[in-house]
Amino acid sequence: MNKPETLKKLRVVGTTPVRPDGQEKVMGRAVYGDDFRLPGMLHGRVLRSPHAHAVIKSIDTRRAEKLAGVRAIITGKDFPKPSVALVPMGEGGYFDMNDFADNVIAKGKAFYHGHAIAAVAADSPHIAEEAIALIDVKYEVLKPVMNVRQAMAKGATVLHKEFNPGAFFMKTERVLPNASRLELKNGDAAKGLKEADVVVEREYTTETVHQGYIESHICTAQWDSNGLITIWCTTQGAFAIRDQVSIILAVPMSKVKVIPLEIGGGFGGKDTAYIEPLATMLARKADKPVKIVMSRAESLLSTGPSSGTYMKVKMGAKKDGMLSGGDLHFAFEAGAFPGGPIAAACLTSITRYNLPNVRIEGFDVMVNKPKIKPYRAPGATQSHFAVETVIDELAEKTGMDPVDFRLKNVTKQGDRLILGFPCPPIGSVELLTAVKNHPHYNAPLKGAHRGRGMAMGFWFGAGLTSSAELSVNGDGTVQLCTGSCDLSGTRLTLSMQCAEALGIDIDDVVPSIGDTHSVGYTFQSVGSRTTFATGIAVYETAQKILKQMAERAALIWQAAPDDVVFGEGIFTHKNDPSKRFGFKELAAKLDHSGGPISAQSTVTPHGVGFQVAAHLVDVEVDVETGKVEILRYTTFQDAGKAVHPDFVAGQMQGGAVQGIGWALNEEYWYNEQGQLVNTSLLDYRMPTALDMPMIEAVIIETGNPGHPYGVRGVGEVPIVPPPAAIANAIYRAIGVRPDALPMTPAKILKLLQQRRGSAAA
Amino acid sequence: MSTRMRVAATVNGESAEFLCEPRQSLLEVLREVLYLTGTKEGCNDGNCGACSVIVDGTLVNSCCMLGVEADGRSVETVEGLAQDGKLHALQQCYLEETGMQCGFCTPGFLMSSKVLLDTNPDPTDAQIRHWLSGNLCRCTGYDKIIRAVKRAARMLEKSK
Repeated sequence: MNKPETLKKLRVVGTTPVRPDGQEKVMGRAVYGDDFRLPGMLHGRVLRSPHAHAVIKSIDTRRAEKLAGVRAIITGKDFPKPSVALVPMGEGGYFDMNDFADNVIAKGKAFYHGHAIAAVAADSPHIAEEAIALIDVKYEVLKPVMNVRQAMAKGATVLHKEFNPGAFFMKTERVLPNASRLELKNGDAAKGLKEADVVVEREYTTETVHQGYIESHICTAQWDSNGLITIWCTTQGAFAIRDQVSIILAVPMSKVKVIPLEIGGGFGGKDTAYIEPLATMLARKADKPVKIVMSRAESLLSTGPSSGTYMKVKMGAKKDGMLSGGDLHFAFEAGAFPGGPIAAACLTSITRYNLPNVRIEGFDVMVNKPKIKPYRAPGATQSHFAVETVIDELAEKTGMDPVDFRLKNVTKQGDRLILGFPCPPIGSVELLTAVKNHPHYNAPLKGAHRGRGMAMGFWFGAGLTSSAELSVNGDGTVQLCTGSCDLSGTRLTLSMQCAEALGIDIDDVVPSIGDTHSVGYTFQSVGSRTTFATGIAVYETAQKILKQMAERAALIWQAAPDDVVFGEGIFTHKNDPSKRFGFKELAAKLDHSGGPISAQSTVTPHGVGFQVAAHLVDVEVDVETGKVEILRYTTFQDAGKAVHPDFVAGQMQGGAVQGIGWALNEEYWYNEQGQLVNTSLLDYRMPTALDMPMIEAVIIETGNPGHPYGVRGVGEVPIVPPPAAIANAIYRAIGVRPDALPMTPAKILKLLQQRRGSAAA
Repeated sequence: MSTRMRVAATVNGESAEFLCEPRQSLLEVLREVLYLTGTKEGCNDGNCGACSVIVDGTLVNSCCMLGVEADGRSVETVEGLAQDGKLHALQQCYLEETGMQCGFCTPGFLMSSKVLLDTNPDPTDAQIRHWLSGNLCRCTGYDKIIRAVKRAARMLEKSK
């Protein structure tokens, strides 16, 4: 790794150019999932289980087959056994591919309302829709289990007779018929709590929420006569879809080519193959390309969501505000198959603080809901809701300012983490100092039922593998191809790092996103990793280009390659400064000095910079209706080095608003039978412009030595603090502490009634 | 099978004649019949605004209007916003103010913002937020969208 360049003056990194893909997007010309079409293409629709838990007794497709325009029908029986059983699925854990395959289409048992049962390809989407209504399925309906406490209770209905426990980041051990467990320990939790002067213990629940990307899941698949499968889809990772399709359909990876189209939002929910294997099988059976577009209801029913939880947190502090011990218990929904975000929830729950004596227990719990998928800092938002409200209460009870209390306890570089290694450079002190010094923190907040709250957030981020390729043209422009799908403008942030490294203008870099057959392996755009890890791939590739160009300069000057130095965009002969080439000048001479050059890198960087954020919020509670109004909101975050400060601010604002939605409105509503009843965006209520104030973004930059320009990931941590920050603000507004998400008007009214009741008693 | 009907409308200032099934929404007709795929489907039930278009000057969720209802009417879509190769002030400001991340909801926001500025050239923040509350964006948190609309309003005012 090259030394960090953060101290050097950067020319491109840190500026705010306009994104190269932007114009096509504002003109409506960019090609998203559903904007792609092939000649002769058929349209697929999926029949989904109306029951939360049922044995499939029979599927009769005869009536549907007779409908004019129906070209193919598939059920679970059309699928082979997956070619690989266990695979590493990002960030350290293993997943059972049989579960992935069973989630794509039910084989004998439907595990949630919306589980795919059969799929049809027809001449038009309308005919396909009519056809799925003609498929006769006989079910034996079973009792569903719909939350973690039900599922962990004695005598609960069992989802799977056998299962392979798993979670990303860590292994879990099967301990109950529907649950597996992990435990983390540091010191002696009981001793730490005994030594505390103040102990707070609280229980919390949160509900299932969805990522809520505005573009649903969409793909078009083709199976050609050579056996090559081509899939055009909207995804966070072409290679992730390639790997899953290949294993689920038991075909070689090289025979699956995934071409990523523009993506209309993902937030962690779009790296799973749901409809891709179905469209591919339909395409083979019908011998024509097939497009499947998931409806909004299907997307809510069958994809995403993030876990509903039950959490119990006990923490203690000494009079001087030093945390002394903690005993934390988290039970997270995994959905219908094992492997939810429990490990990440546990690992991130207290990592930002030094807690000498702690025990953390986590349960990964299966319930009859769609398979839980990552959602922006998966698991951390829920566990922070519990821990950051307990921290707030401990600060109150020790008579300390909540920021000072945190400043006293935050992890600093070199402190031993519960993960067992010393903390890398981390910006918590700088972050909290910025909160204290900000006008928002010091502004008076007047008026009845108003309160100010703050909470901190922590997330690891990910390194993992990325590839980049650069080609230099005779006119000095370059093409940059990476494997990272662009969710929010990363074409630009990668191009900026390329321009910085090569000493050229941003306009001279033309970026593209490769498909699985045109670029090296690249892990999906998740884990706040694209600008960081793919950025390093770009930087490394640029170094290779510079080396090759220096060799050409040496050739032209009849010098040794070591005599050529590069700096500030100029190649110079170190013994004869009159000999110099600008990048473009030298590029023009490539053709006649050995031909054009290109370079490629595949990297797996390890120097991930921890992400920390703090959110400060003023709320007003309407005590008549229970509605919580956000009056003012400020987000603080350590970006390491903000490559494009406007984009970083955008991540902070967007993440904050998703977190506010989670805090106040969003939840899955299930009826007694385990059927999801709010399957539209009217009833699954995400924040609108009217619900939100302006959100101020304060970017702190404490460089990450693991990246040449000091970059930390920024995408995920902004969703983490809002529920806790808002809960803490509500407490200051009305004197009661919310313990359940979402903090709806009904729940707030109930808290107010309880307060009145206890005041009267 | 339904019989297709002949519809004559004006789309982005040009006359457009097409055949469509009575059950097809205007959104489906724009995308699947006229190949104007800039208008997006986000929910298909009128709750996200990604399919916003302008029909005879009125903002419409095109998923909730039938294609046959466009007969004799003038429809404006995102593809008609730029004129003579020059971006509309709103397009330019959404771009420069980074009022988009994934860009999927952007066409709907642009059309919605256009009707706002056509009818109220100098809206307050609250008016912008109220008007745009029918359009969902999951990426930006709306902050930069509001800034983009405000700046576009100033630009349009200056160019008058």
